[in-house]
Parts: sequence; C-alpha cells; structure tokens
Amino acid sequence: MQEIIDYIVSLNIPLIDEGVARFIMHLVLASIIAVVAPAMLIILTWLERKIIARIQDRIGPNRAGPFGLLQGFADMIKMFTKEDITPATADRIVYNIAPGLSVISAIMVFAVIPFAPGFVGADLNVALIYIVAIGGFGTLSILMGGWASNNKYALLGAFRVVAMLLTYEIPMVVALIIVTLAAGSMSMVDIIEAQSGMWYIVSLPVVFLIFFLSGIAETGRSPFDLIEAESELIAGFHTEYSGIKFGMFMIGEYVHMFALSFFCAVLFLGGWQIPFIDVAAIPGPFGPILGLISLIIKVFLVVFVLMWFRGTLPRFRIDHLLDFGWKFLVPLSLVLLIGVAVVVRLFAPGSSAGVPVEPGPLSALGTPGEVVALLVMNILVAAAAVALVSTAARRSRSKGLRAVASVEPVAASGK
Amino acid sequence: MLKDFEFIGVLGFITLTIPIVTLIIAWALRPKKPNPAKQETYESGIETIGDTWVQFKAQYYIYAIIFVVFDVEAIFLFPFAVALNQLPLYALIWAAVFIVLLFDGLLYAWRKGAMQWW
Repeated sequence: MQEIIDYIVSLNIPLIDEGVARFIMHLVLASIIAVVAPAMLIILTWLERKIIARIQDRIGPNRAGPFGLLQGFADMIKMFTKEDITPATADRIVYNIAPGLSVISAIMVFAVIPFAPGFVGADLNVALIYIVAIGGFGTLSILMGGWASNNKYALLGAFRVVAMLLTYEIPMVVALIIVTLAAGSMSMVDIIEAQSGMWYIVSLPVVFLIFFLSGIAETGRSPFDLIEAESELIAGFHTEYSGIKFGMFMIGEYVHMFALSFFCAVLFLGGWQIPFIDVAAIPGPFGPILGLISLIIKVFLVVFVLMWFRGTLPRFRIDHLLDFGWKFLVPLSLVLLIGVAVVVRLFAPGSSAGVPVEPGPLSALGTPGEVVALLVMNILVAAAAVALVSTAARRSRSKGLRAVASVEPVAASGK
Repeated sequence: MLKDFEFIGVLGFITLTIPIVTLIIAWALRPKKPNPAKQETYESGIETIGDTWVQFKAQYYIYAIIFVVFDVEAIFLFPFAVALNQLPLYALIWAAVFIVLLFDGLLYAWRKGAMQWW
C-alpha cells in the first residue's frame, strides 16, 4: 500500500501530498470493504444453502439463474420490497438503530485485518483489543432489538442469547491472549510475521479449537444457534422485524461469520502466507495478489467447515451450552494461558535492547523446540481436561444410578 | 500511533452510511399500508397476555457479574502477554498467582451454585 501512495505522490498533481494521498488510499480501501462485506451475504447465503442441501441429500436452490446463483439477489429484492410492519408500542428509536448497529459492528472489524503483505487498513498495535471491543457492539444490538420490540418472546430470546454471548466471550478473549503470548504483540501484522516459523494451528491446536468454538457461539451459528431457534420462542429477538431491518440482522450475522473466518485464517492459519514461499519478497504486484488469494482460500475453508457444522450437528440446550462454557472452556483456557506463558518465557531469546533480560533457560532449542513444546503442552492439558470431565461424568452417572437403585420398588398388589 | 486510527474513522463514516442508504432505498421501494391489526404485538395470533416487559430472571445478572470479573481480568492480562519476553523469569509466578486467584473465584461461584441455569 505504501508503494501505491508513493506512486500517487510521484505523479506530482497539485495539492496531492503524502497525507492527502494516504487519505485517498484509505477512502478507496474503506469503500471496497464497506461494499464487499455486505455483498458477501449474497455469495455466502448461496453457498450455505447449496452445501447444506448437499449434506441433506438434496439439490438446493437451482431456479434463480444458473445453479441458483442469483438466489441471493432474489432474496435481497424480496427484502427491500416487503412492508415494514412496526409494532405500534415499540420503542421507536432503539428499534430502528438495532439492525444498523449490528451491520456496523460486523463491518468495522475488517479495519484491522491484513489482506496482503503491506495491505492493512489500520496496523493498530492494539488490534486484538479493538476486535473484542467492536464485537461487543454486536451483543448490544441483539439486546436492543429484543428490548425495543415490546414483545415478551423477543425479550426472553434476547436475554438467553446475551447470556450465551457473554459466556463465550471469555474463552475467546483468553484464546486471543494466548495468541498474543505466542506472538509477542497484539498487532495482526506482527502475529502473521511471528507465524513464519510455524502456523499456530500446528503449535496451538487446542487454543484454535477453543477460539473456533467460542467464535461459533459468538456469531450464533449452529450448533449454538439459539438465536435462530425457529421451533422455540417464535423467532427470538427478531420476531417483530420485517423487510430490510430483518435483512440487516441477517447481513450482520453472515458478515460476523465471515469476519470470524478471517480471524481464524489470520491468527491461526498464517494469514496471507504460503508454506515454503516468502510472499513478501516477490516483486511487483504479484506478491500481494498471491497473498490475497491464499488468504481467501483459507477463509473459505473455514467458512465451509462452519457450514458443515450447521448441516450436521443438532442444536444444544441452553443449560448445556452455559455449563460447557463456564465449567469447561473457561477453566481450560485459563490453564492453557498459564501453560503457554511458561513455555513461551522458557524459550524466549534474551534481549539487550532497553532493559536487558536474561534469555529463557531452554532458548538454545530455538523455534522448533518451542513449537514442539507448545504442541506437547496443549495435548497434555487437553488430555487432562478430557480425563477430568469423563471421571466427573462417570461419578455423577454412578451417583445417579445409585440414587435410582436405592428406591425400594413398591410391592405390586398382585391379587 | 493516533494516525493509525484515521482509517478506522474513514471506515466508520462510510459504514455509518450503509444502513442509512439501505433504509432510504427500502423506504422508497416498499408499500406503506399501516393497519391496527398488523401493528399489534405478535403472540402467535392471540391477544397478548400479561405484561410485556417480563421480570428479569436474577440468574442473568449473576452470569453478567462473573463475566465482568473475567473480562476485566483478561484486559489486565493483555499487557502482561505483550511484555512477557521483556519481564524477568519470576514475573510468571506473579501472573500465575493472579490467574489462580481469579480462578478460585470461579470455583467458589461454581460450588455456591451461582452457575446453575435454574
């Protein structure tokens, strides 16, 4: 991106200096993101309906256009032209803001994602905290939608969804902290650089699982899809929304899912890197283009897995969900945090810049040693957690069986 | 460092216009026929029974409080995570003490039954 800015400056147009050229570049990139992200809804809904259909042994939409590709456009036209039925007693301002806020929060997180070497909207050094903060707006918009609808089912649906979202926020944030530990920085660009040795999905697989599961719960996808539980609570918090406002909640959900796939790809799958090729060193425009293609492939891989989950797994019950979140994921992620901190510090190369710090005792083993140690520690902690849970389950099952067996059978009056 | 946020401001403004433009286009395109029967609150086709703003179950409040505690802990852990390699080795022990203390709080809440849904 810096090269494009330099090129614009070198054209020597009057009034265009470095700052203005940078602003123009920002404007172009922001417009691309703001247009492409909601437009992805059309591709993603088509993809989802086709994939789920194939999993369920049917074809999916194939009437609107070749292979049903124009189905998304048909849905968009339908939503624009539907009447907007607002309940007369709804809280007007909050009711109208909620869907907009959902879309805004989903698109704003794309500001910090590096799309190619050198192409990042804002290389914040607090990018991960920014993501968590903006993601919180999505949670707020759901509560606003449920509250302002003046409908007790929407309100109950909104309460349950917010309880679930709060529960799974913690393991997600702790997984982000673990990635920060391994990379040494919160900036997305630095995290990709730190993965040039080995992608984090290899050295931190359990952390990836925690982040992925919490992310699925955060975006409200199956199997955590209380939000869309059509057979319960009518339609949840968006019962009273129709037409384009409902469409905007849908846009928010799909763009949020798309953003989650981007995070998984950037934080764990190495972003725009290609294995064994140094993408940043390729001259001309081919480096960024290759990096972008590699990132898109990884993102769609994660999107496919998300849709696979939706077509295959049944929905969880709310108390199972909350128990799984608080009693399994939160303790597991905290223990992993301590474990990864210990391993990373033991393998740290010493630094003499600023405050001189002694190197960690095992730093002689270098990066491969660190990768292997992280992997081993991940697997050990996961095995211990699974063993603990299965012992607890066995004990509670046998306690239940003893309770049932201790009830004396009433003598049947067999006269 | 403040300069980095320029893009976020630009994206924020442009993103702000998207719902507004969408709503304006939809307002122009859709039929407007308000009708008192349509605008009643939906309750599967019957008149609503009872108050709409139902009582807030106290369990949600407890989950929210525990969430706040752990969220603040996570925010405190972010600087530790960034600065880990520049800290002496015994800093690990203090971080572990911090995490274990808060984990203890979670265990206490668990045993006291604060994390039961019913």
